[in-house]
Amino acid sequence: MTLIYPVDSNTAHPLPLSPEYKSSIKRAPNKPLIPMRHTLSELTGPVYGHETVREGDSDLTTQHTGEPLGERIIVHGHVRDEDGRGVPNSLVEIWQANSCGRYVHVRDQHPAPLDPNFTGAGRTVSDASGYYRFVTIKPGAYPWGNHHNAWRPAHIHLSVFGHSFVTRLVTQMYFPADPLFPFDPIFNSVPDEKARARMVSSFDLENTQPEWALCYRFDVVLRGKNATPMENH
Amino acid sequence: MQDNGITPSQTVGPFFKYGLTPTGEYAWNDAFTNSTLTPDVTGERVRIEGRVFDGDGVAVPDAMLEIWQADAQGRFADPQDKRALPNASFRGFARCGTDKDGNYSFETIKPGAVPDPDGKPQAPHILLAVFGRGMLRHLYTRIYFSDEAGNAADPVLAVVPADRRATLTAVREAGKPVYRLDLRLQGDNETVFFDV
Repeated sequence: MTLIYPVDSNTAHPLPLSPEYKSSIKRAPNKPLIPMRHTLSELTGPVYGHETVREGDSDLTTQHTGEPLGERIIVHGHVRDEDGRGVPNSLVEIWQANSCGRYVHVRDQHPAPLDPNFTGAGRTVSDASGYYRFVTIKPGAYPWGNHHNAWRPAHIHLSVFGHSFVTRLVTQMYFPADPLFPFDPIFNSVPDEKARARMVSSFDLENTQPEWALCYRFDVVLRGKNATPMENH
Repeated sequence: MQDNGITPSQTVGPFFKYGLTPTGEYAWNDAFTNSTLTPDVTGERVRIEGRVFDGDGVAVPDAMLEIWQADAQGRFADPQDKRALPNASFRGFARCGTDKDGNYSFETIKPGAVPDPDGKPQAPHILLAVFGRGMLRHLYTRIYFSDEAGNAADPVLAVVPADRRATLTAVREAGKPVYRLDLRLQGDNETVFFDV
């Protein structure tokens, strides 16, 4: 099977310039992107499998001597292509704020406490069916300087590789029914409502572990369609 | 009904360093470095360096760059390249965060020629993805090499207006295996970005 990567699918992404998000104003190209045919360079991509990930890297609650504070959660789902097929052996990297909405990054000066037992970084590799799973802490919302009283909805950053260099995706996973959605220019930089909904995880009661952790499901859909699809009957 | 639209991109934000490019500064290990070099790799070892600037010409201190390239024989370390060499541990991928002055650098080898969809050789090139705060989706560009005669006949450079091709061409420093390429996200001499 040969996958193709139609550029039309990119209409789900935000436009580079989204003036409500102030940082985009000086960092978005003025000139249109130049179309070109995909060559072998675009159709191939880095292959990083299980050797990239150490045991325990997918559990962000066990990286230090004690347990982090906050609400323990499971985040899991499948990495899929546009035909719904699982994408196996795809590296998934995550990073996030702690339960108080504070990043360990030195430039985050939000006056909320750091947690000595939480760094907030993890990685895993999807299995043969495209399935991935993390254990972490629910991140807090936090203020930022984009506009008066600006707060980011709680989110987990994800970086996913997939089958080719053009499937590369960095996105943010949000939590269901966050009251901050209508006010967040980054979330709303995605023009289509249905596409925005694909960045919101769903609460997963079935996989919530009694007496231990709530579960959220987040499927990641990367570019890629079968070049010669089967007829539908 | 299953909605198979793709997951939209969101910015990598200002705080990715401890997760994606910790380089010893945080309690997390690096999955990648800014080098593609492996002990067994053949080909000319080169350094590619430069700076990243925004539309005001101000250095971008929080960009992340990733490269993807063929080996010196023009083959990719991906089973989808049916010509892939089994004898190299070369992976062809590297990642680098910019420093406070917008500097980046990669240690790699100069790639060989890769065919275009018609089987015609492309000039040696490296794919480059640029991520950063303020960038809602990463941008794709290419790095070509100033001392390659094949640039003149390259089918991708051919679709770029002639007066913008220099933004894709890393310039070799005299007498050194070092190439320099600055990236300008916006404005005068804006880097060419591709719709791929």
